[in-house]
Amino acid sequence: MPIQISLPSALATQTNGQRKLQADGATVGEVLDHLVAQYPSVGPRLRDEQGALYPFVTVYLNDEDIRFAGGFAAPVADRDELVIVPAVAGG
Amino acid sequence: MTATLSEPVAATDPAALSHNELVRYSRHLLLPEVGIEGQRKLKAARVLLIGAGGLGSPAALYLAAAGVGTLGIVDFDVVDVTNLQRQILHGTSDVGRSKLASAIDRLREINPHVTVEAHDERFTSANALQLVARYDLVVDGTDNFATRYLVNDACVLSGVPNVYGSIFRFDGQASVFCTDEGPCYRCLYPDPPPPGLVPSCAEGGVLGVLPGLVGTLQATEAIKLILGIGEPLIGRLALVDALGAQWRTMKVRRNPKCPACGTRELKALIDYDQFCGIAKPVVETPVPEITPRELAEKIERRDDFLLIDVREPHEAEIARIPGAELIPLATLGDAIPALPRERDIVVQCRSGARSGKAVRQLQAAGFYRVWNLAGGILRWSDDVDPSVAKY
Repeated sequence: MPIQISLPSALATQTNGQRKLQADGATVGEVLDHLVAQYPSVGPRLRDEQGALYPFVTVYLNDEDIRFAGGFAAPVADRDELVIVPAVAGG
Repeated sequence: MTATLSEPVAATDPAALSHNELVRYSRHLLLPEVGIEGQRKLKAARVLLIGAGGLGSPAALYLAAAGVGTLGIVDFDVVDVTNLQRQILHGTSDVGRSKLASAIDRLREINPHVTVEAHDERFTSANALQLVARYDLVVDGTDNFATRYLVNDACVLSGVPNVYGSIFRFDGQASVFCTDEGPCYRCLYPDPPPPGLVPSCAEGGVLGVLPGLVGTLQATEAIKLILGIGEPLIGRLALVDALGAQWRTMKVRRNPKCPACGTRELKALIDYDQFCGIAKPVVETPVPEITPRELAEKIERRDDFLLIDVREPHEAEIARIPGAELIPLATLGDAIPALPRERDIVVQCRSGARSGKAVRQLQAAGFYRVWNLAGGILRWSDDVDPSVAKY
């Protein structure tokens, strides 16, 4: 089922400017895999070479940080949303 | 230096409000949530703003206007004309002045009852704990990861809340960290990105009004914390999406493994440049440079060389040096295999910083006849062609 994904403008440079995307999967990890299959250059901005989420990127399933909610194995359901929030430091 | 902006109030109670102040704050006094008692709390409060830039500007203006009695400001920078698009503490006539001097003048004009304590120094591991300990709360308006982790750790170690804000391009974040019950910045982002992966606003740009939104939110949170009203952003991350006109809050949980606020294994401040992977300057051969005048002569002589512009396409639309081939720094690695090894290469960007990195990258790839344009297109405009726009 398609899951809604929100990206900040900094990552939208990798998705032809789109900040709202859809990807399929039954878990957070599968949805992100499908996103990266569509936009390969997003992958190295989210995950390290071993496939682990970078500590400076937070992925929210709805409003929960997935690190505290099952990680990539967390199941997703219709109408769920993933929000990707990389650390930024500007001031 | 300390600039006392207010006439000393005659009463012995430092939070007593003069007649002038009662009139000035009348719209606050009408709010039952503030009232005279709340206004006295604001006057007694001491807030430390770290950075008088994009976020610090609106935060300082509103905290001063609201009657926060003492505002400390840490900044060592000078007002630059490129700051004025968003740093509304400073005006055109302040260009070249210290940001602190500019801030003191502006805040005195906004509210002479506020005392500004100006700390004309870099916020470092050497002074952070002493500075933070003198204040009730901190407003983080810094512009780099190393200082953000330093602010966080100093606040955790001192038990002082950190009203956090951060911006990039069109997106902003705000939260309240380092309270007794809430998480800290390290709970949200345990480790920083390696240097160069996340561009700074100087490299990637920022919508000028965005720090206005986020810095004003930080001022709001600071005032709520001082007054003890409402639901502060403790354990929540506010996300401001200026393009989507969307505003949402996410949960931030306290991480039991957090070395700062969880296990508390972090007992003292560390070397934050090292933590962020910023290499200490090591003695190495300097990046070979060519001045704009030398480049102009090279062009005039019709020397055979390749001029590479490593800026972004939208920057090239603002200003460019004729004949330059645009290869944004992020794509240089992909372009290297096709570059001619037998020709001289000159690399340029806006200021010479990114092109310096590009020269190192090319050297690492085996290019030996490669030069950095010193001072970038900015100095080209100064020294060779003033018709090229500076930005």
